[in-house]
Amino acid sequence: MTAPVENLTAPTSPGPIVWIRRNLFNNWYNSILSLLTLFIGYFVVTAIFNWVFNIADWRPVVNFPILYLVGQFPRDQLWRVFLSTAMVSLLMGMSWGIWGKLVRPFALSVGAFFGILALLPVQSEILSPANRALLFLNLFLVLGGFALRRFEVLRGRYIAIGWIVAGLLIVLVILPGFRGSAFLPEISTTLWGGLLVTLLLAGGGITLSIPIAIFLALGRRSSLPVVKGFCVVFIETVRGVPLITILFMFSVIIQLFLPVESRLDRLFRALIGMTLFSAAYTAENLRGGLQAVALGQIEAAKAVGMNNVLITGLIVMPQAIRAVIPALVGQFISLFKDTTLVLILGINELLGIGKAIINSDPEFIRLQAEVYIFMAGVYWILSSIMSYSSRQLEAALGVGER
Amino acid sequence: MKRNTLYLFTLFVLLGLVLSACAAATSEPQDGEAEGFTRGAILSRVKDRGKVICAGRTDLLGFGYLDDAGNNLGFDIDLCRAVAAAVLGDMNAIEIVPIPASDRGPVLQSGEVDILSRNVTWTSSRDASWGNFTIIMFYDGQGYMVRKDSGIETQEDMDGASVCVTSGTTTEKNLAADLAFHGVEFEAVIFEDTASVYGAYEEGNRCDVTTSDRSQLAAVKEGFADPDAHVILPMIISKEPLTPAVPHGDDQWLDIVKIVMFGLIHAELLGVTMDNVDEMMSSDNPKVIDLLGDGADWGYSDLGLEKDALANAIKAVGNYGEIYNRYMGPNGIAFTLPRGANEHWTNGGQIYAPPIK
Repeated sequence: MTAPVENLTAPTSPGPIVWIRRNLFNNWYNSILSLLTLFIGYFVVTAIFNWVFNIADWRPVVNFPILYLVGQFPRDQLWRVFLSTAMVSLLMGMSWGIWGKLVRPFALSVGAFFGILALLPVQSEILSPANRALLFLNLFLVLGGFALRRFEVLRGRYIAIGWIVAGLLIVLVILPGFRGSAFLPEISTTLWGGLLVTLLLAGGGITLSIPIAIFLALGRRSSLPVVKGFCVVFIETVRGVPLITILFMFSVIIQLFLPVESRLDRLFRALIGMTLFSAAYTAENLRGGLQAVALGQIEAAKAVGMNNVLITGLIVMPQAIRAVIPALVGQFISLFKDTTLVLILGINELLGIGKAIINSDPEFIRLQAEVYIFMAGVYWILSSIMSYSSRQLEAALGVGER
Repeated sequence: MKRNTLYLFTLFVLLGLVLSACAAATSEPQDGEAEGFTRGAILSRVKDRGKVICAGRTDLLGFGYLDDAGNNLGFDIDLCRAVAAAVLGDMNAIEIVPIPASDRGPVLQSGEVDILSRNVTWTSSRDASWGNFTIIMFYDGQGYMVRKDSGIETQEDMDGASVCVTSGTTTEKNLAADLAFHGVEFEAVIFEDTASVYGAYEEGNRCDVTTSDRSQLAAVKEGFADPDAHVILPMIISKEPLTPAVPHGDDQWLDIVKIVMFGLIHAELLGVTMDNVDEMMSSDNPKVIDLLGDGADWGYSDLGLEKDALANAIKAVGNYGEIYNRYMGPNGIAFTLPRGANEHWTNGGQIYAPPIK
């Protein structure tokens, strides 16, 4: 028995009116619901627009661009921040050229950030044409770095070394400077602030916590009881305590144990606290990844004569990390947002600067809603970039496609 | 499995032993002399370091806040500058460490800062455990603010009123105690942070009365859409003597900070300002000469100060009145608050300093 052959035509996509009729107004109650939603939506959107453009007073947001970016960093030393961002931009561009898709979203957002900053339509002495040009330069450095990919010499491990060297230079030399130096005068970390500190804490916390987490995760699976015991105790203790408690401990208690002469930098204290906290969570994520690596992989590696270090470094770890990228990025996004907690250490990161600005003028005390909405926007954008990049990373590594 | 549990147990015991050893080791210096500071220790470390480190604030209008160039300024900051000018001859040789309220005691106890100049109320328990308090530089106190048209003039008028206040602070306790004392029923409307309190009071009409330190009420009132529609009532329901403090153990440093504060206060009474210091050096008034250091050695050498230390401090930040007026005077850059109790004793206020002689 044969079915009658029909002439099948490719389905044409219906026009928007047809789509609306089919999906939103296909019967009487859906029509009512659609109209109601439209009605409410209209009022909500117009109310928001009205507030943003007519009622809200954005002076505490637009009048202090440099405070939000770098806090109290001395204005005559801002070139040091510019130099640091230029190094990061160039390296971002070069990494994009070498690792392609993995880094592209980061590189493009760095370039876009400086491009937008340079064109910011606000009046500020610091945002002079020359400084705007310097900011715009970052965009070209990203693109220029990308263009450098044709040079074979710059490939692979050299760029990784470049990142490490640049990071250390920025954090240990360019920004803090030296006591008594005329060229790079010392700038105490109490003057660092704003987005600069937020990014340093988040970036530093993430970078430093990964190696610690790898050792903790491996240690927890170790057969040596002391190593295993230490890792278990450390991870479970840190995970059993809120971050704010750890920060309090580093803020208040650590200093009481140290001799009077030694003053541990407050920013450094915050960084240690955040790193240890993040390391414990990352270690558990990684351990999940380690458990997901098939035993056959290890046996196969042994069969070709690899030793334990090589097996872990080349076979197990890469697969483990690849398996837990979504969880890791989730952890890093939450660490990024947790940087706001260092406020309790008296460090003026982005949120702290917002608070300081609210309290810098009697009129601004009433305008805190504007400041906090702006803050929320900044954190949302930066977190979104991180999660978008993570999806790109997963796609590039083929996670979930096996 | 069982063996692992045993190992773990042993580890915990060891950890406990180490921790208790640490605790024993650290409690020792507290029994002896407080945190290891001896006479002269702070002055010598300040000179070595080349700057005075003060715990301050960056978020309290008038006392310690930021201008749009990111400079830390305010009443408390200027007191720190005065000490730096007196000791090191440079009012910019300071580092302000912004610290949260919870850290005020520990930064003194650990000696992390040289001076706590952060809007601190002097109380007996803080004096006993935190550090040495110098001299009251600002008499603040909790007050009430109401709308002019509300007709509220005394606590009795507040019967049945709602009062906006921040939660968990002494402000809230003082409010409850004061209104209970006057036998008044009221409804507390509690908020987490100060800015919300004033938003609710001014815009939201959520409450009839708001209460806080009078200096803060003055600051906030100035930012209202219609400041003249509100009034700060005259009664003061708590004592908030704001006083710079220094770590325990170093009497010399305590004396230095005190004498600098005395100098600022005397300068105003004697008419010495930051602009006329040099002219006043040739004044006929022996008290001025004593203050500016051309007279005898009134204890300066014992304290490791130069004779012109006070002159330097006054030249740097001005006298007490100049500092006050800069931020809170009639044309103050922060807000305007009548001197009131912060007027000199000769003018009916409470500001008084022992003589320099």
